[in-house]
Amino acid sequence: MSYDPALFPEELPSEPEKATLEGQNKFMGLWFFLGGETVLFAALFGTYLALKNSTAGGPSSDELFGLELVFLMTMMLLTSSLTSVYAMYHMRNHDFKKMQLWLGITGLLGVGFLICEVYEFAHYITDYGFTFRSSAFGSAFYAIVGFHGGHVTFGICWLITLMVRNAKRGLNLYNAPKFNTFSLYWHFIDVIWVFVFTVVYLMGKVT
Amino acid sequence: MTQNTNVNKAVDFEKQKNKQEMKMQVVSFALMIVFTLVAFGAVATGAMQKIFIIPILLVMAIIQVAFQFYYFMHGKEDGHGIPMTLIYGGVWAALLTLGGLGVISWW
Amino acid sequence: MSLSATEKRGFGAVLWDFLTTVDHKKIGILYLLGGGIFFLLGGLEAVIIRIQLITPENDFISAGLYNEMITMHGTTMIFLAGMPLLLGLMNAAMPLQIGARDVSFPFLNALGFWLFMFGGILLNLSWFLGGAPDAGWTSYASLAVNTPGHGVDFYIAGLQIAGAGTLMGGINFIATIVNMRAPGMTYMRMPLFSWATFITSILILFAFPALTINLFLLMFDRMFDTAFFDVALGGNTIIYQHLFWIFGHPEVYILILPLFGLFSDVFATFSRKRLFGYTAMVFATMLIAFLGFMVWAHHMFTVGLGPVANSIFAVGTMAIAVPTGIKIFNWLATMWGGQVTINSAMLWALGFIPTFTIGGMTGVMLGSSVADYQFHDTYFVIAHFHYVIVGGTVFGIFSGLHYWWPKMFGRILNESLGKITFWLFFIGFHLTFFIQHFLGLMGMPRRYWVFLEDQGLDLGNLISTVGAFFMTAGTIVFLYNVVYTAFKGEVASADPWDGRTLEWAVSSPPPYYNFEQLPLVRGLDPLWIEKMEGRDKMAPGEPLDDVHMPNSSFLPFLMGLGFFIAGLGFIYQVDNSLWYIALYGGMAFSIGCMIVRSVKDDHGYYIPKEELEEALKKEAE
Repeated sequence: MSYDPALFPEELPSEPEKATLEGQNKFMGLWFFLGGETVLFAALFGTYLALKNSTAGGPSSDELFGLELVFLMTMMLLTSSLTSVYAMYHMRNHDFKKMQLWLGITGLLGVGFLICEVYEFAHYITDYGFTFRSSAFGSAFYAIVGFHGGHVTFGICWLITLMVRNAKRGLNLYNAPKFNTFSLYWHFIDVIWVFVFTVVYLMGKVT
Repeated sequence: MTQNTNVNKAVDFEKQKNKQEMKMQVVSFALMIVFTLVAFGAVATGAMQKIFIIPILLVMAIIQVAFQFYYFMHGKEDGHGIPMTLIYGGVWAALLTLGGLGVISWW
Repeated sequence: MSLSATEKRGFGAVLWDFLTTVDHKKIGILYLLGGGIFFLLGGLEAVIIRIQLITPENDFISAGLYNEMITMHGTTMIFLAGMPLLLGLMNAAMPLQIGARDVSFPFLNALGFWLFMFGGILLNLSWFLGGAPDAGWTSYASLAVNTPGHGVDFYIAGLQIAGAGTLMGGINFIATIVNMRAPGMTYMRMPLFSWATFITSILILFAFPALTINLFLLMFDRMFDTAFFDVALGGNTIIYQHLFWIFGHPEVYILILPLFGLFSDVFATFSRKRLFGYTAMVFATMLIAFLGFMVWAHHMFTVGLGPVANSIFAVGTMAIAVPTGIKIFNWLATMWGGQVTINSAMLWALGFIPTFTIGGMTGVMLGSSVADYQFHDTYFVIAHFHYVIVGGTVFGIFSGLHYWWPKMFGRILNESLGKITFWLFFIGFHLTFFIQHFLGLMGMPRRYWVFLEDQGLDLGNLISTVGAFFMTAGTIVFLYNVVYTAFKGEVASADPWDGRTLEWAVSSPPPYYNFEQLPLVRGLDPLWIEKMEGRDKMAPGEPLDDVHMPNSSFLPFLMGLGFFIAGLGFIYQVDNSLWYIALYGGMAFSIGCMIVRSVKDDHGYYIPKEELEEALKKEAE
C-alpha cells in the first residue's frame, strides 16, 4: 500500500540515518526527548538526595551497597555503549551484518546488566528486608534505580523488535534512522547510569 | 570511467574518515574506563576525606558524561547545535530541580 | 477536505476521517472541540461553586462535594480546557505560518490528542464512580495520599495519560519549527505566534517530566504504600510541593506565552502595521520562559524555606514583570499610528491589555514574600490568577478563535454576536473577580465551602456570583454564534483580514496538503512584503513535484483506549485482583499497537504532480 522507491537506493549515502527528512526529524525528536528525560531523572535524583538518609531504622546505603557488583554492571553498560557506537560505525559503512552483530552484543550486555540488577534487588529484599516500602530511603532508591532499569528494559525490547523486524531486509533509508534513534537512546541510559553509580552507590559508600 | 574512480575515491574517503572517528571513540572509551576506575578506586580505598571525594566523584561523572555526549553521541559534529542547546536547557532545569530538592527540602 | 455541502460524505465517513486523521488541521479542530467541551464542564463547575458562595453558610452542595468541585474546576480548566485549546490553535496555525505541510510527526500528533481525550474522560469518569478527586488541583501530599475513595487515583491516572500526550505535542512542535520551515523562513522571520509555540513547547518539554515523576511518587504512596511522603518512615511532603511547582510555574507560562504570540499577530494585523520591536518581543518571550523556571517557590513562601530562599524567589518573581512590561508597551506602540480595526478578535485583545496588566500587578504584590504571608490562601490569590489566566489565556483563545475561524472553517464568526459575547463576558469577568481582591484582603480564605455571616463578605460574594452568570451568558452567545455561523455565516476568502503572514496565503480552509509549492519567504511578514510589491500571492520556493503525505491511522485512538483501560486497572487493582486483567491487558494492548506501528511499514503516499497543477490552475482563474 505504501512503498517509496526513494528509500531503497542502489548506493546508500554516507550518513544514511540523516539522508531523509524523516531521518532528520527522528534525530531531532529523540534529542529533544532526551532533554526532557534529563529533567525526569533530575526529579528522581533530587528526591533521592532529599531522602537518602531517611532509613527509618533500617539499613543505610553504606551497609547495603556492594561496589564489586556495581562496578561489574558499570563495565557492562559502558561497554555496551561502545558496542553500539561500533554498530553505528558499521551502519555508516553500509555493512548491515556487522551492524547487526554489534547491536546484538549491545543487547546481550544490556541483558547482563539487568540480570545483575535483579540479583542485587533480590539480595536486598531477602537478606536485608530492604524494600520499596520499608523506608523513605528504600522508596527513593528503588524509584531511581528502578526507573533506570525500566528504561534499560524498554531499550532492549525496542532493540529486539528492530533487529528481528529488519533481519532479512538489510539496511535502507527507512530503517537507518530507526537504528540511529535507538543508539542515541542507549547512550543516554548510560549517561544516567554514570550519575546513578556516582550519586547513589559511590556517594552512598562515602562516610 | 573517470566518474567511476571519483565515486570510489569519495567512498574511500568516507570510509577513512569513519575509521579515524572510530579510533577516537575507542580512545574516549578507554578514558571513560579510567575515570570510572578513579571514581571507584577513590571510594573503595577510602583514601580521601568526604569533603574532597564528593567533588572529585562529581567531576569524574561530568567529564565522563561529556565524553558520552560529545563523542559517542556525535555532539561535537555539525548539525548538533540545537540538540545540544536543548540538552543544556534540560541540564539547567535539572540543576534547579536538584538544588531545590537537595538544598531547601529539609530545614 | 472541507465539510461543505459540496462534498457528499456520510456521517460515518466524516467520523472515521476524524478518528484516523493525522492532519494537523483536523487534529487542531479535534483539540478545540475536546478542549471546548471540557471548558464548558469547567465553567459549570465554576458556576456551582459560585452558587454555593452566593450567601453565607449556604448548603447548595455539601462540603465534600464542594472540595470535589473546586478540585475539578481547576484541574479541568488548566489541563483539559486551557492546554488543549492552545494545542488546538498551535496545531491549526503554526505549520501554516512557517510554510510547512504538516508537523514533523503527524502520527505522534494524533496520538497526543487521543491521550488527552482519554485522560480527560478517565478523570471525569470519577464523578460517576464514587467521587471526583477532592484534594485541590494541586493535590498536595499528605492529604492526597490519605484521602479516602478513588478520587485522587483518577486524578493521577487521568493526568499521567493526558500529560504524556502534551509532552508528545511539545516535542513535535519543536522538531517541526527546527526542521520544517519553508525556504527563506529563518528563525527571525517567523511570526510571533510560531515563536511562542516554539518557546512554549520547550517549556512543556522541561516542565512536564517533573509532574510525571511527582504523580508517580503520589501513585506509589497511595497504591503501594511507599514512603516518599510518609513522615513516619522518613518521607517529606515538601518534596511534593517542590516537584509540583517546578512543573506548575512553567505550566502557567505555557498557558500564557502562546497567547502573547497570538496577540502580537493580532495587534499587527488589525493595526495594519508591523509589530513594534520584533526582536525585543522574541527575546522577551525567551526571558520570560527562562525566568519562569526559577521562581517556583513563590508558591511556597509560607512553607518555611527560610528568609534567604524566600528573598531569592521574590526577586526572581518580580524580575519577570520586566520582559512582560516590554511586551505590553510594544503592543501599544504597534497600535500607535496604525489604522486600527476594532472587530471581535481585536476587542478581546484590547480587553486583555488592562486585564492582564492588573493581574500582573497583583502578581508583583504576591511576589513580595513578606506580603504574601498575608495574601496566601486568600481570595486575593484567586483574584490574581484568574485575572492573568482568564484575562490572558481565555481572552486570547476567544481572540484566536475569531481570528482563525475563517482559516479553519471557511466562515467568519458573526461580528454582532461576537461583540455581545465579549461585553457580556468582559463585564461578568470583572464583576466576579475584581471584588475578590477585596474579599481576600478582608481575610476570606480560599477553598472553604462556606463563609460566615457578619464578616462583611456577603455583598462581595453576591456580586461575584452575579458576574459568573454574565460570563455564562456570554459563553452561551458564543456557542450560538458557532452554530449560527455554521449554517448562515459569511463565507470567508483566503485572506479576510488583509493579513501579513503565510496562513493567509492559502485558501480558507486550506487544501489538505497546505501548499502546492512551499512558498519562498523574503522577510518578516512574508505575505505583506509580496502585497506591498503588488503581488497577491507568494512566489514558490520549490519546483512543482509530487508531494509526500502521511497515511491516516486508527492506532493512535486504539493506543489511547488501551492506556485508558490500563488506567482503570491501576485505579481499581487495590480493590480486586481481577482488575489486573484490565491493567496488564490495557498496557499489553497499547504496547502491541506500538510494536505494530514500529513493525508495519508506513511510507505514506504521494500526491501526483498533476493534481497540484490542476489546483494551481483553478486558483489562477
